[in-house]
Amino acid sequence: MPSERFVIPIGPQHPALKEPGHFEFSVEGERVTGATVRLGYAHRGIEKACEERNWVQSLYLLERICGICSHIHTTAYCLGVERLAGVEVPPRAQAIRVLIAELERVHSHLLWLGVAAHEAGFDTLFMYSWRDRETVMDVLEGLTGNRVNYSANVLGGVKYDLDEARAETIRKGVDYLEARTYYYLELVVHDPVFVQRTRGIGTVTREQAEWLGLVGPAARASNVARDLRVESPYAAYDLFPVQMVLETAGDLEARVSVRLKELFESYRVIRTILDKLPTGEIKGRMPKKVREGETVSRVEAPRGELFYFIKSNGTDKAERVKVRTPTLCNLAPMMTLAIGHQLADMPMLLAGVDPCFSCNDRSIVVRNAQEAETRWTWEQLRRYGIEVYKCKR
Amino acid sequence: MRLEELWEQLEARLATWGRTHSPWAVHFNSGSCNGCDIEILATITPRYDLERFGVKIQGSPRHADILVCTGPVTRQARERLLRIYEQMPSPKFVLAVGTCAISGGVFQGCYNVVGRVDAVIPVDMYVPGCPPRPEAIIDGILKLLEKAQAEGVAT
Repeated sequence: MPSERFVIPIGPQHPALKEPGHFEFSVEGERVTGATVRLGYAHRGIEKACEERNWVQSLYLLERICGICSHIHTTAYCLGVERLAGVEVPPRAQAIRVLIAELERVHSHLLWLGVAAHEAGFDTLFMYSWRDRETVMDVLEGLTGNRVNYSANVLGGVKYDLDEARAETIRKGVDYLEARTYYYLELVVHDPVFVQRTRGIGTVTREQAEWLGLVGPAARASNVARDLRVESPYAAYDLFPVQMVLETAGDLEARVSVRLKELFESYRVIRTILDKLPTGEIKGRMPKKVREGETVSRVEAPRGELFYFIKSNGTDKAERVKVRTPTLCNLAPMMTLAIGHQLADMPMLLAGVDPCFSCNDRSIVVRNAQEAETRWTWEQLRRYGIEVYKCKR
Repeated sequence: MRLEELWEQLEARLATWGRTHSPWAVHFNSGSCNGCDIEILATITPRYDLERFGVKIQGSPRHADILVCTGPVTRQARERLLRIYEQMPSPKFVLAVGTCAISGGVFQGCYNVVGRVDAVIPVDMYVPGCPPRPEAIIDGILKLLEKAQAEGVAT
């Protein structure tokens, strides 16, 4: 009997992920034989827009690349621009940056745990982890005044200082979350239903992970030691070092436990920062124009390495800002790994890398080596966009 | 004759009561930064618990009464947004959540952005904020339901 090939399209509006991404799985029975992804539903043209805005305005635009890891985007941008301008950032500001970045990591990992549990059909864990996530949201709100886009970073430092009373509320929140995280770690390793959906599924060996270029917790779950906080400490990570969390199994279960164990590391760093917060100013003087030059800024976002390339031509605007986000590095390998798995494992496999499409949707122009270098103007890009998507009305 | 009229009235009131007391919502992100989306998801979690008002967030536009839109509309997502709106059965309502959905926000004028949501589909209620708090989103949905109740949604 000839095998029947069937293509299942999923998205861009789908019940599982809250973001637009289109997947096509070709299946033979229940077995996946091919997988493709179509991205770009959230492509807004932020990199080009940065060229039209001054350094400060770009900061607020780049914060809105992603609502989940907004602080880490501005951290990468600020560190790069400050290096270009030769501005000395006070140590207290750097420590507060790291504090908020770790709180953000806690919120992002708890959010992910909920989403992963939901994909596994374990909605109780989803509700539990999102209820506990409200604790860290309260802490962030108390510190910065907003629950999601905190805008804590400014060029040259941070906007918000904290006192002993605030530190005490953060400590209380972290204590509560630590107790809960022990419970979750126990649960995801021992709950038979959850383990059936995670153990031995989507296994990536160390060689594969290195070859496919996985980043972040997905790479660390396959025993690849990649963590920029350890490898090239930025901001205040040299003062408050982080231990790298590694797992060897490389399956979904390892990806869950890497993220949960990272939370303990985050709690420890948060407590150390609160105890040993350097004194002094929280903001350095930032010139309006940044001198000519280019720089690369790399930081560890909750999902992996975040890369910024910033070029200045000596004016008050950036000449080029290039962003490379961790999801794209992780999504392509998952499309390769999907082959041979059951269709029912696909949501878990995708959620396993914690995809973030609004981070992801960048555009690249590929040219031949022979072709002359061309620069696309705003108007050309706009016309190209209209042409591609053929707006009828 | 009078009895028939009465019966029609009763039917209409019953339909309005049913539709405004257990509406199902579908969420579509047409190019948002995720900020609004996680806050919408937070509304169904224990602290905020939108379901106590009978509102359920679920996957299919064909079962939905309310379309919750976030983000500026990008050129690629525009066709999908229209298709989802057309797939929804009548009567249907649209809730635009967040500054970007209302005006385009910081993405106004970006080359791949069409603009605000009401440039593409009609919007019934707007919830401002970047992102709005979950309480604000719940308030927006409840105001939308109040409006629907006052106007009647029998057809």
